[in-house]
This record gives sequence, structure tokens and C-alpha cells, in this order.
Amino acid sequence: MRSYLDVRGRPALAWVGVALVAAALVALPWVLAGIGTAWVRITNLAILYCFLALGLNIVVGFAGLLDLGYIAFYGVGAYVYALLASPHFGIHLPFWAILPLGAALACVFGVLLGTPTLKLRGDYLAIVTLGFGEIVRIFLNNLSSPFNLTNGPQGITLIDPFRIGDFSFATTQQVLGNTLSSPIKYYYFLLAVLLVVIVVNLRLQNSRIGRAWEAIREDEIAARAMGINTRNMKLLAFAMGASFGGVAGGMFSAMQGFISPESFVLVESIMVLSMVVLGGMGNVFGVVIGALLLSYVPEVLRYTVGPAQKAVFGRTLIDPEVFRMLLFGLALVLMMLFRPAGILPSAVRKRELQRRTDGG
Amino acid sequence: MDRAQGTRAAAASAQSDLLVARNVTKRFGGVTALADVSFTIRRGEIYGLIGPNGAGKTSLFNVLTGIYGPDGGGFDFDDRPLAGLKPNDVAARGIARTFQNIRLFANLSALENVMIGRHVRTRANVFGAILRNARTLAEERAIEKRAHELLEYVGVHSRANDLAKHLAYGDQRRLEIARALATDPRLLALDEPAAGMNATETAALRGLLENIRRDGVTILLIEHDMKLVMSVCDRVLVLDYGRKIAEGPAAEVQKDDKVIAAYLGGEVTLNLKGA
Repeated sequence: MRSYLDVRGRPALAWVGVALVAAALVALPWVLAGIGTAWVRITNLAILYCFLALGLNIVVGFAGLLDLGYIAFYGVGAYVYALLASPHFGIHLPFWAILPLGAALACVFGVLLGTPTLKLRGDYLAIVTLGFGEIVRIFLNNLSSPFNLTNGPQGITLIDPFRIGDFSFATTQQVLGNTLSSPIKYYYFLLAVLLVVIVVNLRLQNSRIGRAWEAIREDEIAARAMGINTRNMKLLAFAMGASFGGVAGGMFSAMQGFISPESFVLVESIMVLSMVVLGGMGNVFGVVIGALLLSYVPEVLRYTVGPAQKAVFGRTLIDPEVFRMLLFGLALVLMMLFRPAGILPSAVRKRELQRRTDGG
Repeated sequence: MDRAQGTRAAAASAQSDLLVARNVTKRFGGVTALADVSFTIRRGEIYGLIGPNGAGKTSLFNVLTGIYGPDGGGFDFDDRPLAGLKPNDVAARGIARTFQNIRLFANLSALENVMIGRHVRTRANVFGAILRNARTLAEERAIEKRAHELLEYVGVHSRANDLAKHLAYGDQRRLEIARALATDPRLLALDEPAAGMNATETAALRGLLENIRRDGVTILLIEHDMKLVMSVCDRVLVLDYGRKIAEGPAAEVQKDDKVIAAYLGGEVTLNLKGA
């Protein structure tokens, strides 16, 4: 029953596989740049969505707390970066100093959201978190007077890119005869961070803390009776999830160079939640796949729906944007019908199968 | 014979009181679920808690384990009051419980269920989990080892990697006991562990209870299976309509008129006598 993907007991094969995947990931931006630099940018955004989905997965997938306001933490991280690295206040701190600050502040917001919602579950929790997300967005929109903190709907412009010494992520330069463009630089940085985030997620899941979260998800009363401090564990889940969102927000700020409250609307929260659910709640790799799919498919449709209609009917019958969302909605409904547990079934079940083949 | 051995074991261990209930009262709206209930559980005994349906047995469990706060009175556990403690604090103090309607972590494996029971006796925090330092790894190994031992102990080790919800009913009850034992309790409170078990399973459960007692854990047992209660319990407390109507050795309680009336009902008893 062992498939070729089953590399246990065959370490050499495993390393070959790792090397192949690594090579593919290193080569990817150059291939994409050949098609168009836009695709490298799309990939970078897709990786950012992976961060968000993985962060939300801690709250929703591991601890079972439905959060519809997750994008607020992304916004907090983005604005912390924007305010501390732009001409808005004339502060220009380095990115490695701001990202932890953004994570920390998002973490504080996570606890702020978590504290009043400790006793809520399911629908009730969803409504409160939804409200929280909107509150943060409305504050971002309106904190331009009396003191201009966020510059309101105009947003913040001219945000500093990442810079390490003289090496700026915003410029294009020649390296060994190759053109290293700004998106490609960010790609490698994001890829490295993504690896760290995935490892952190996997380790959290397979730990005393991760098990406590899963216990709360499965049965909160039993979890408390087993001595798990559900209050602290839930706050920890909110805080951890939020800090992932905060880091992602900071990187988003730097990559885009411009942010406004427009980027942190409810639809974004729902999108990230869809990624988690579609990929497979609680399964780290499923969530990554969900995030990549929901980031790429709409973009692919954007570039194909219009031309395809032109080719078939000679004119555009349905606006590509509308058609895109239609297909997207249909895909989600079909997914939920045929794979309700997500693309990759829950990590729990998989782990169980693995151990059984190990012989317990 | 088992019972005689058990009684000797109880006598051999320190005869001090492990749990003292003082006038515990609990009301739900107009209904008094528990009225002035007082009793004492000694170290090393198996203490039965019986009574007709709705007598307040499970309410007593819920007040004891901190799910509800009492409206009057309280518990002393190990000479320190349990007042105001949340369920997780009660578990940390050394009282573990099972549930009448099994509450396992259904979508986790049997092994993971027991590993979660170790939570309260282990320390790894977020940083340990992420960095996987030597101490955390050692602790993880110890948790898994202990969980395997406990599954072996209750006799469901062959199902260690199956999801809890896929286990047979009797195995689920045993798994719940293993999970409770994983918290290193000094008092194990079991809410109808034999419910739904067949005669063979109940006999095995009885053996398990004797073993747990032998290994130094005091047991508080709610049970409807009178044969089990009478054979395994050192002393029994009988509740009816939230009141204590009898307490003492199982054989004596069995003959108590008030107990018989509570179980069979006054009217019915008269009719039976007339027939």
C-alpha cells in the first residue's frame, strides 16, 4: 500500500524530493517573470494569504473559534508598518524592528478581541468578531481628525520598502547577469518566512499547546475537566493567530508602498476563512493549498474569461469580473458538497493513519 | 473476597479524610437539586453514590468539580477548601472525573485523548513548542509513554490510534477513565461508568476499579448497576430528591427502609404487599 510519496524509511528519496521542490521554488519566480512580472506579484500576494490563512487556522482550525474579523489584525500590522516607515510622521525605522512591533500590537488586539468573547462560541462568536473587524476598519477610516493618525480613506503613501543596509527590495539590479526585480526579491524573502511559519504551525499543532487547543475545539467542558485552562488557551490562540496576521500586514505595507482601509474589508476576512475551510481546517498543508488556490484561480480567470468569450461569441457577454465571482462561488459550493472536510482531510485523521502504518 | 481485600487495603492506608462535603446546597430556579448534603470520603475507599433518577447525583458531581458553584456549603479536599475553584483548578488539585454521557474528544485518537489528560501535569509553553528544546522533547516523550501505559492499564491499547468516536461503547468508557487517570488524580469521580455495558464488560470494569483503588486512587462512583455497587463499594451514600437519605456500608444501606421506598416508591410498595 506504500505509495511513491511515502518516504518513511527511505531518507535518500525524501532528500531528493526536498531538493526537487526547493529547486522548483527557487526557479519559480524566473519562470513567472518570463510570463509577466504581474504573476510574480500575484505569487507574492498568494504567499501573504498563506500567512493569513495559517494564522487564522490556529484560531479556527486548531482551537475551533470562528473568527470573521481576522483581517483586522492584518490591518493593524499594515498600519503599524506604514506609520513607522513612511513620510506620514517622518519616521523611518528598519523593517526588522517594525515587524515584531506590528506582531506585538496585533497580538494585543487579539487579546482585546478574545477577552470579551471567551464565553461565546459558533454563531455568536462569529457575529462579535465580524463587528470587531468592522470597528477596526472604521477606526482606520476615521482616525484622521482631530489628530491625523491614519490619514483616513486616502491611506498612507510612500511607505518604505524593506532595506538591509544598501540592499533595497524596491529596486531592480543585476546579479550575475540576471535581472533581480523587486517582486523577485520579495518572493525569496516571503518564501523564507513562509517556511518558518509552516514549521511553527506544525510544531504548535503537535505540542502540549496544540493538543489543548484541539481539546477545546472538540469539547470545551471536558477540556476544562481535564485541567486545561480554557481561558488562557483561547486567548493564546487569538494572540498567536493575530500576530501572524500582524506580520503579514507589515510585509503587505512594504510590498505595496501604499495602504488604505479599503484593503481590510469584510470580504477579505471571508476570503481568508474560505481558504482555511476549503483547504481543510486544522491541516497546515491543506490550508496552504487552499490559500494558493483561492489566490491564483481568480487571477487565472481574470486573464482567461474575457478572451475566451471574445473567441467564442465575438464579444464580451458577461463582465469578466462578474463571471469570475460566479465561477468562484460555484467552485466553493461544489467543494463543500463533495469534499466537506476540505481538499486535504483534517490533519488528525491523517496522523492517525500514519501512526497505524507505523505499527503503533 | 475482593471486597475483603479492598477493605483491608483501605484500612491499611491512612484513615484520614480525603473529601469532606459540608451542607452542600444547589438550587436551579425553584428546584432544589441538592439540600444540605454532607458526607466524608476516606482515602483509599471506593465510595458509592446512588439514588433514583433525578436524585441530584450528577449535580453533586458538577458542584464538586467546579462546573457549578454551590448555593450553600462546600467541599474540603485534602484539608483545603475547593470553594470558588474553576473546573481546571479542581483538576489541578487532584480530582478527575468522567461524564455520564461520554465526553471524549471524539475526533482525536484514543492516544491523543489520554495525552491531553497529561496537560495539567506538564509545563511546555508556546516557546517550548516552537523551539522544541531538549526539555520539551523529553516531556513529550514522557507524555506519550505515560499515555501508552494508561491505555494498557485500562485495556484499550489495541485501539490507541483509532479515533475515540470509532471505539466500542465500553471501550469509550474505559478510555474516559484512562484520560481521567492521566491527570494523576487522588480522587477519581466516575459518573455511571457501567451504563450500557454488558455483564462481561461490567465484570472487567469491576476489576479495573479494584486495580485503581489498589494503586492508591480513591474512587467516587455514581452507578445504577446495584450488583456492581454492592460488590465494589466500601460505603454508599443514597440521595433522593437532593437529600441524603442514607449512608454507610453497602450491605446496610441495601436494607434501609427509606432507600427501598425511594427506589420502589411508597405506593408501589404498599400495593406489592397487598398483592
